[in-house]
Amino acid sequence: MITVKDVDHVALLGRLELTAEEKEMFTRQLNDILEHFRSLERLNTENVQPTAHVLPLQNVYREDLVGQHMPREDALSNCPDREENYFKVPKIV
Amino acid sequence: MTQYETVIGLEVHVELKTRSKIFCDSTAEFGSEPNTHVCPVCMGLPGVLPVVNKNVVEYAIRAALALNCRIASYSKFDRKNYYYPDMPKNYQISQYDLPIAEHGYLNIDVNGETRRIGITRLHMEEDTGKLVHQGTITTTPFSLVDYNRAGVPLIEIVSEPDLRSPEEAYEYLNKLKAIIQYTGVSDCKMEEGSLRCDANVSVRPAGSKEFGVKTEIKNMNSFKALQKALTYEVERQIEVVEDGGRIIQETRTWDEGKGVTLSMRSKEYAHDYRYLPDPDLVPMVIDREWVDEIKRSLPELPDDRKERYVGEFGLPAYDAMVLTNTKELADYFEACVVAYSNPKTVSNWVMGDLSRLLNANNTDITDCPIKPEQLAAMLQLLEKGTISGKIAKTVFEEMFASGKDAETIVKEKGLVQISDEGAIAAIVDEVIANNQKSVEDFRAGKDRALGFLVGQVMKASRGKANPEMVNKLLKERLS
Repeated sequence: MITVKDVDHVALLGRLELTAEEKEMFTRQLNDILEHFRSLERLNTENVQPTAHVLPLQNVYREDLVGQHMPREDALSNCPDREENYFKVPKIV
Repeated sequence: MTQYETVIGLEVHVELKTRSKIFCDSTAEFGSEPNTHVCPVCMGLPGVLPVVNKNVVEYAIRAALALNCRIASYSKFDRKNYYYPDMPKNYQISQYDLPIAEHGYLNIDVNGETRRIGITRLHMEEDTGKLVHQGTITTTPFSLVDYNRAGVPLIEIVSEPDLRSPEEAYEYLNKLKAIIQYTGVSDCKMEEGSLRCDANVSVRPAGSKEFGVKTEIKNMNSFKALQKALTYEVERQIEVVEDGGRIIQETRTWDEGKGVTLSMRSKEYAHDYRYLPDPDLVPMVIDREWVDEIKRSLPELPDDRKERYVGEFGLPAYDAMVLTNTKELADYFEACVVAYSNPKTVSNWVMGDLSRLLNANNTDITDCPIKPEQLAAMLQLLEKGTISGKIAKTVFEEMFASGKDAETIVKEKGLVQISDEGAIAAIVDEVIANNQKSVEDFRAGKDRALGFLVGQVMKASRGKANPEMVNKLLKERLS
């Protein structure tokens, strides 16, 4: 059961500022989502191997080669604030 | 008074020396202008897909085998979520529950005793970007971010809490560095950040089985800083406990200038990483044949090499340990021994005069101006008696400064040892005539007077007289 306190915690970790109404709403919605997925518990998984991936792929590697870099101006073009050639962000720690 | 036992575990990050980054083809090279070694993948732009650099996996396995780890047969990457701006994606790709390797160890020598230190795990991950702060970190409201380093491959090596003192932690890190350097997967340069170390520290009453509450110490940027920070932290914790206080689980930063550790943030609050398997990266099934092939390609590692130096070369254990501490130094030593087959003499010169000159000139063996063959040739001149031991030291310094051969220097400066008995006898007679007081002292039983007379002869010959002959001739004339 997800509580408003859980939503507060997750919002903090995601750097989201929520109003009291939003917190109420997300608490309700998240519980609905969990409830929906609980239907998976009805499946018989006795003969199913646990997995972290669903694709029938493994060992996809690339060779250790250097390619093209993106122009620095492109890299910096979407940042809200910059100083010289650095991204400028509020200090966290 | 209660006796306390120190418990330390180290988390070491090592940057791998690949050409490209771990999940994209941007260069992994150190340095350069900010935000130029980047591409849409390491910038975390929408719609991109990371693909694992095969060399990273190979290097990780290589390091893990050298550290006696068990290599996983199935391994995967996970996302570690957090909100520091040092990764543009707001998560770091790392490995959580299925690391590439586990259950390793290495041996350290402390006070003549060998101790085995367990390695819990070794995993692969991407390095983060670099935060630059203008002014001091406490006053500036901004961070400037450079993502060149974001995505450079790292291995993290976590030790068991087996270390019992700051000295053991130092020896562990030193040995770990040596082993990794031998495998060639990293430079392990602490000053360039390609080797970084955090420590978990706690204290408990001696004999207690339970661990005390630990703190995590960060920001130790040199071997010296590691030892100083740990020594400080252990003393701090004991003081807190002695005063009836409690240790709080937290991260602390080492302040080199003040010589103290300072609280950074409470662990419970900030560390909620919500690891999840990275759906963009498919699992790795590690082929045993590949692992065996990597194992066969490993060079002789420090412990084996040290043992061989004692067995094959008859060196004292101490010499063997110092010489094998880096692969480069050991390779240099062996190249000398090939050309001059008295290992102990070579060892004395390498550990003595050569190390002293390298230190004084702030350089290391890879940039040594004296080639191994040149050192060997100088030792041959010494052995043949062409130059005296004293002159050899002068010649050696000149070789270091100019890079010239010993023979050239000896010729240019006229440093050939005088072994002509007649020539030396003439100087000896002159010294005896001019130093009657010392001659009487010697005859009266003062042995030290002989040393003075030898010194006078050597001085008069400008260091070139054969010292044994001087001794012999002086004794003959005085007895």
